[in-house]
Amino acid sequence: MSTARRAGAAPGLAVLAALLWAHGALAHVQQGEAAGFLTGFRHPISGLDHVLAMVAVGLWGAQLGAPAIWALPVAFPLVMAFGGLLGLMGVAVPGIEYGIAASAILLGAAVMFEVRAPLFVTAFLVGVFAIFHGHAHGTELPAGQSPLLYSMGFVIATGCLHALGIGIGAVHRWTWGRRLVRAAGGVVAIGGVFFMWKALT
Amino acid sequence: MKRLNPSWLRSGVLVALGLSLCSGPAEAHLNSTGMGPVYDGLLHFLTSPEDLVPALALALLAGLRGAAFGRRAAIALPVAWLAGCLSGMNATATTGSAILSSLWFLLLGGLVIADARISLGAMTSLAALLGLVHGYLNGTGMGPTRLAVAAALGLTAAVFVLTVLAAAVVVQLRANWARIAVRVAGSWIAAAGLLMLGWSFRGR
Repeated sequence: MSTARRAGAAPGLAVLAALLWAHGALAHVQQGEAAGFLTGFRHPISGLDHVLAMVAVGLWGAQLGAPAIWALPVAFPLVMAFGGLLGLMGVAVPGIEYGIAASAILLGAAVMFEVRAPLFVTAFLVGVFAIFHGHAHGTELPAGQSPLLYSMGFVIATGCLHALGIGIGAVHRWTWGRRLVRAAGGVVAIGGVFFMWKALT
Repeated sequence: MKRLNPSWLRSGVLVALGLSLCSGPAEAHLNSTGMGPVYDGLLHFLTSPEDLVPALALALLAGLRGAAFGRRAAIALPVAWLAGCLSGMNATATTGSAILSSLWFLLLGGLVIADARISLGAMTSLAALLGLVHGYLNGTGMGPTRLAVAAALGLTAAVFVLTVLAAAVVVQLRANWARIAVRVAGSWIAAAGLLMLGWSFRGR
């Protein structure tokens, strides 16, 4: 077997090894508990308002190119975690739902119009919105058994959403791709308007 | 010396990460593998993300700085871990290390994000401090028995292997995007540390 094929089998072996370390089955259904990595991973992707904003961060980064393409996905999880910290500590931040909806509207609009602001402006804007998203998650985080695994799953899912946005934004190099990315920004902005309407009514 | 195939190194780190993500609930005693105390200690490290992730972050930082830093971390961290573990065996079990772990996540994650150009001496000090603190916490409650010493050796071996593999993977990265990916991983580690800190303040 070639080295490449042996290396290709490694992920399969990892999955097999992970299965061997599976927990014992529990005889009751767990509800609302931070049971571990998968529970944390599911949390950010379970709300469309969060998904739209985080994908938009990746799209905008892809449009802007270096260094924004990596600075924004680095800044967002960190500031979001700070917002989560505030939420966990019970520090009130007013207008959370409006802030989340506004983030989708403004980030979507920034992608749609290919706004090219200086890096500190984009990072500041993304950071402010990340606080709203993080705070909402922080106040919603359920009591559980493994805060560390939950937190890791939560943060990695957020990073994957950014990566998804960057991946979609990779088509930006082609003319049709630029139109597609801008259209995606429009969809995000429309989604934001919907969530703002829901928050207001 | 023959160089290790980078794809094998990457696969090794992926396996270690995969295992860490499938860990069971944290327990105050060693997991039993049924294969003896050395393997119990080894498994304890691989299934304790509060120990594994800071060690991984230190290895990433060392790898970003270069081979000399990687070699220093690969020696200093396991040696300090073993020393801490042995010195903690006479202490009673302690609780409340969650905040300490969170701070390590924040510090090391932050240094990886910044691609901090720390000196070799600072790297050695960081590795020694991390090893002593986490080793001590691992050692508490084990009791000064021969089995516990064997478990500590297994644990130390796991620390060594993880540090060598992770640092070696990062050292050979040349593409700019790959080094940035390592720094993004640092931001995830720091972010997880911030959330853990909030959780510690709130209580479960």
